Amino acid sequence: MEKEKDQKFKELKEYISSFKSKEHSNSYLIAVLHKAQELFGYISQDVMNEVSVAMNIPTAHIWGVATFYHYFNLSPKGKHTVSVCMGTACYVKGADKIIEAIKEDLQISIGETSSDGLFTLQEARCLGACGLAPVVMIDDKIYGNLTAQKAIEILRKYKNQ
Amino acid sequence: MSEKKLHNRSFEVFGKSKFFASQLRIALRNCGYIDPENLDDYLNVRGFEALAKVLTGMKSEDVIAEIKKAGLRGRGGAGFGSGLKWELVAREKSDQKYVICNADEGDPGAFMDRSIIEGDPFTVLEGMAIAGYAVGSDKGIVYIRAEYPLAITRLEKAIDAARKANLLGNNILGSKFSFDIEIRLGAGAFVCGEETALMQSIEGHRGMPRPRPPYPSASGLFCKPTLINNVETWANVPVIIVEGSQWFASVGTEKSKGTKVFALAGKITNTGLVEVPMGTTLRHVIFDIGGGIPKGKNLKAVQTGGPSGGCIPVELIDTPIDYDSLAKVGSIMGSGGMIVIDEDSCMVNIAKYFLEFTQSESCGKCTPCREGTKRMLEILTRITEGQGKEGDIEKLERLGNTIKKASLCGLGQSAPNPVLSTIRYFRNEYEDHIKNKKCTAGACSKMIRFEINDKCIGCGACYETCKFDAIEMI
Ligand SMILES: Cc1cc2nc3c(=O)[nH]c(=O)nc-3n(C[C@H](O)[C@H](O)[C@H](O)COP(=O)(O)O)c2cc1C
Ligand code: FES
Repeated sequence: MEKEKDQKFKELKEYISSFKSKEHSNSYLIAVLHKAQELFGYISQDVMNEVSVAMNIPTAHIWGVATFYHYFNLSPKGKHTVSVCMGTACYVKGADKIIEAIKEDLQISIGETSSDGLFTLQEARCLGACGLAPVVMIDDKIYGNLTAQKAIEILRKYKNQ
Repeated sequence: MSEKKLHNRSFEVFGKSKFFASQLRIALRNCGYIDPENLDDYLNVRGFEALAKVLTGMKSEDVIAEIKKAGLRGRGGAGFGSGLKWELVAREKSDQKYVICNADEGDPGAFMDRSIIEGDPFTVLEGMAIAGYAVGSDKGIVYIRAEYPLAITRLEKAIDAARKANLLGNNILGSKFSFDIEIRLGAGAFVCGEETALMQSIEGHRGMPRPRPPYPSASGLFCKPTLINNVETWANVPVIIVEGSQWFASVGTEKSKGTKVFALAGKITNTGLVEVPMGTTLRHVIFDIGGGIPKGKNLKAVQTGGPSGGCIPVELIDTPIDYDSLAKVGSIMGSGGMIVIDEDSCMVNIAKYFLEFTQSESCGKCTPCREGTKRMLEILTRITEGQGKEGDIEKLERLGNTIKKASLCGLGQSAPNPVLSTIRYFRNEYEDHIKNKKCTAGACSKMIRFEINDKCIGCGACYETCKFDAIEMI
């Protein structure tokens, strides 16, 4: 486990080094955070400290950036990410009812992870599949034309896997 | 190379079905027609001919004059004259200038920019390179949302291929002009679509807007003169150069030239991207191209411009789609979201939805936007929950107008639009909610009244689901 983590930190540092020779190298902070999230799944305080040292940027600034953007997770995620589209097209077709049903079924609110560690619930803003509205994306898979009931059934399937 | 016209080839693939017949595809001309990952395919449809033409026979002033004559206006929202913007940047003297493509596309319910990049990435690169030549810049940046992985991959591939073919990089096509393009990712903040916030984000900061002036054309990215245009704006540029400004200016209306792509969605039979000449009426788009409202329901309103736009009621359905006509009826062209709303939707609820969005996306830098939208949302929430008070509508109007006037950036300046436009056209619905505690559309669930009638068999399902514990099991 530790070894794997060291390996990841090494990869992150190499990634940071690749920007060193570029003009305005500090401006690549957001790219670095994307990389960190890809490697670790989320951006922990440890990771921010490492980035801070490697890029010579105060951790406070990194914290500010990481918390500003919705895309970055600051805590570990569940096995599956459930993104309910709350874009306009999905909303007018009842996405709010779907999200309510999922919240109730998993007993969590938006941004939280279910107690069994299986699902993290997120709101998305238009997944670009408006023709299939309302849409839910689980990991990389899109489920369209849903109703609250259908959405719960799909979650069941993931639970039973 | 074929000498065929650039626009409207998609018929060869999709046929003349009703959905396509009255579209005019300029920005989307190659989407679905070429293999977006194959440079040869793009070259075959006269790709990079415009860049070659510019590099071999046009001075930079000529290019700008051509864009000006075409009457191209920004497709990213505000509709600022592109030629003028280019000229402002060209005039600046600086050791470094930047050309940016705004591919942040934050409007929830719109996906034109994504489709252009996924379907025809080279055209964006070509447009940017032409602008680089015109304004004297050698560095382009595409700022694209991280939520669009396929678009990012296609763009990366396109940049690689263009570099290999010397269509990007040093001394393009043997000329003295050098230009390269880099991709920068967003990270899910709507306000980063605003140009000054976007530049903050590229610089690696929190994406917060700053007051203008100085405008980006004078001091933008890294405090250098910067030209920023939207993806769709870029996609129009090569066509203007090849087909000529005169042809381009012949499409559209007097003040809005060319076409606009809309993401048609909501309660409509045919959803999808629709590109029509400016000046086409909403009715034509919704009923002829979109095929009308499904399930025999009635049209109630159309929402354009996303969270910065407004709702246009069915009575004004013959409004032509152009920058000025839409502004006149209290909405905006925006980036091109078009959501069709039928009689089952409650306008107060729709207004609340958009305000929820802008309120949560407010970056918090200026007070009118940060606090004002929050107060407005509180009032709207109250109204949709049956707790509305006499005077709430007036309060919303007053707050809305103040926020519009006093906010720092376009986000706050336009955030009240959905609320103000629905009050303007659907005041009776607001009054119904407040005075009669009634939501006619039945969308505000907290206002619905349920009654148990004689058909009850005592199954207990209602007891399980009632959120208010209003049911007693006996
Ligand atoms: C809150 C806010 C969000 C915006 N989002 C976008 C966007 O997602 N895409 C875009 O091209 N322009 C967006 N804009 C407009 C840009 O600030 C800018 O006007 C545009 O990129 C200029 O390009 P154009 O002249 O080609 O339209 C937004 C503006 C505001 C105020
Ligand atoms: S609004 Fe849900 S996919 Fe576009």
